[in-house]
Amino acid sequence: MSRFTKQWLAAALAACGLMAAAPAMAGKTLDGIKSRGQLVCGVHTGLPGFSAADSNGKWGGLDVDVCRAVAAAVLGDPEKVKYVPLTAQQRFTALQSGEIDLLSRNTTLTLTRDASLGLHGTVVTYYDGQGFIVHKKSNIKNPKQFKNQTVCVQSGTTTEKNLTDYSKANNLNIKTVVFEKEEAATAAYFAGRCISYTTDASGLASIRNKGATTPADHVILSELVSKEPLGPMVRRGDDEWFAIVKWVIYGLIEAEEYDITQAAVDQLKTSSQDPVVKRILGTGEDTGKLLGLDKDWMARALKATGHYGEIFERNVGPKSALGLPRGINNQWNKGGLMYAIPIR
Amino acid sequence: MATRSPPSKSPWSWRSRAFRGLVYQLVAFAVIALVIWFLASNTLHNMRVRGIQSGFDFLSQSAGFSIGESLFAFDSAESYWRAFLVGIVNTLRVAVAGIFLATVLGTLVGVGRFSRNALVRGLCAAYVECFRNVPVLLHLLMWYLVLTEMLPSIQDAWKFGPFFLSKGGVNFPVPIWQAGQAWAAGGVVAGVVLAWLYRRWALKRFEATGIAASMFWAPVAIVIAAGLLGWLAGGAPTLVDSPVKGEFAVENGGALTPEFLALLIGLTTYTASFIAEVVRSGIASVPAGQSEAAAALGLDRGLDIRLVMMPQALRVVIPPMTNQYLNLTKNSSLAVAIGYPDVVSIANTAMNQTGRAVECIAIVMAVYLTLSLLTSAFMNWYNARVAIKER
Ligand SMILES: N[C@@H](CCC(=O)N[C@@H](CS)C(=O)NCC(=O)O)C(=O)O
Repeated sequence: MSRFTKQWLAAALAACGLMAAAPAMAGKTLDGIKSRGQLVCGVHTGLPGFSAADSNGKWGGLDVDVCRAVAAAVLGDPEKVKYVPLTAQQRFTALQSGEIDLLSRNTTLTLTRDASLGLHGTVVTYYDGQGFIVHKKSNIKNPKQFKNQTVCVQSGTTTEKNLTDYSKANNLNIKTVVFEKEEAATAAYFAGRCISYTTDASGLASIRNKGATTPADHVILSELVSKEPLGPMVRRGDDEWFAIVKWVIYGLIEAEEYDITQAAVDQLKTSSQDPVVKRILGTGEDTGKLLGLDKDWMARALKATGHYGEIFERNVGPKSALGLPRGINNQWNKGGLMYAIPIR
Repeated sequence: MATRSPPSKSPWSWRSRAFRGLVYQLVAFAVIALVIWFLASNTLHNMRVRGIQSGFDFLSQSAGFSIGESLFAFDSAESYWRAFLVGIVNTLRVAVAGIFLATVLGTLVGVGRFSRNALVRGLCAAYVECFRNVPVLLHLLMWYLVLTEMLPSIQDAWKFGPFFLSKGGVNFPVPIWQAGQAWAAGGVVAGVVLAWLYRRWALKRFEATGIAASMFWAPVAIVIAAGLLGWLAGGAPTLVDSPVKGEFAVENGGALTPEFLALLIGLTTYTASFIAEVVRSGIASVPAGQSEAAAALGLDRGLDIRLVMMPQALRVVIPPMTNQYLNLTKNSSLAVAIGYPDVVSIANTAMNQTGRAVECIAIVMAVYLTLSLLTSAFMNWYNARVAIKER
């Protein structure tokens, strides 16, 4: 069976899910996870740095670490996650139909997605923007030089529309070739069918490393043409579950602000007198109870993945294979946009 | 001819077979209707519960995305239904061209298998075996790879006269529409009418006197001559829009993209291998005696095939040919794999931007269903025309 048929089959199955009689179980996501002993997390099929399986089949990446932190908080074990690799097309239907509990897959949070798909965006885990990759030998320095050019894009993403908007605003008459599969779109770009391929700048870095025979032959242009705040999404209709995911992520971000590293969790638990640290680690007030969890929820999450800064450095930061600068993803008091609502 | 009396009917009663049949049909119909109603109302209910928007109202909203190729101008500010229209026209464009070319190629290969030349026979057999035994998706990917990997980049496009060939596809000159060309078009129309009248006259004469006139080249010549006369009468407009090489792209003129070409070549060569088999079996179904009789009358092999074998084979060929046409049309939905904006590709994008998955799939299903039913209806009509008329 071709992959194309599979895709539509998946959509059809999701549609069947909607046709079935059982109504959505509001407020029951956590119960479901607990009774099956597993968090089902929708991730990217392979975007090194964000979500990708290594040669042993072990998943890793920034998006994957969010799943691990949530699993550690609610189930006590970061390994109790079932990863469902999803294409850009499949992701929302998979979440709507209840096939996954959490969608953590470089997904831009937008009004339309939030308001018309029956989903909720939680917290931004990576502030990104749409960029362009070009062949070095084309000598293109700026996307404004794309007049009458052909650009390859992947459908099922926010990128198609952004590209059209940009082309219109700058009167560029850019022609698009739209592929359903990322591999097909990037292959066409690498073959020289298109002058450029466009998607989130973070994705471009990953694709350059993964797909190019000589990564140095390709340049990612510095101009970004859109805001792409990436973050996990959950189904509407289960406020408790929405709150848990949201607060685990805020916890990861705030832990960086207070310097609660993975290695220091155990020691800080006994020694720290800082009331904020005590609240986060569950040695002060019981914040977990308000969420329907236990006292140690955040301490377990931090022991599993480390705080947001550690997650960033390990997976995508300057010293990783992707080598992305921290930039606007730094803490608010260091010139970035990461500002956690307080755990209190 | 004696009319046969209809089979005697058993009297109507509630115990009759006809009555039972009617009851079964009504029950079956009611069950199916109930199941459909149940599924539809559940879907709507579940979508409402989960806060998923539904309905076809989105079709009138602005699409917001642009489409790489289109037969008529499309702007991203136009509505979703216009975008779907572009997709449908793109599907039709490749399906119609594909059906035409596959029929020509398939017929040639099918006839080639009866050639007296062993090499031609062997080549035709090899063609069929090679092409029909590989999944069509691989054909498409292979052709797309050939076109995008092997051809030169747009900057170093190969130039053949006014034609350009590169990774950007084929660019060719197109005549610019001027008033004078209306005369040329009028000439062609007049030529077609004249050619038709000529053929009628020639046929009548042949039946009356047995003198055969040219039935193919003469009509073609009439059409061309009439078109040319019209063009001259219109002042012989010669303005053409020729492609020119810009800094990064070949601009102006007409263009066929590598996506379209790969899809067309892939679908054509794949379907032609099946059509060749259909044609071969059709010819094989005509008794050898027919061919021998034709030879006895002094017809050579070519005339034998054209005048004796083909007309009889056609009756066997048309129903399975319809299947092949339907397959080609449906296979064109694999276009998304190679970036051709057919109706499925547009639906994919629309589905993602609006979240109306059920609606978009329904539209695509309706489009293919309509195309298939229209093709079948046309082929059935044609079949009835050429069917054996028993005298
Ligand atoms: N953040 C944007 C763009 C994401 C995106 O373009 N992802 C692509 C490129 S990394 C992708 O996931 N492709 C892989 C696939 O569909 O399997 C969105 O949420 O739509």
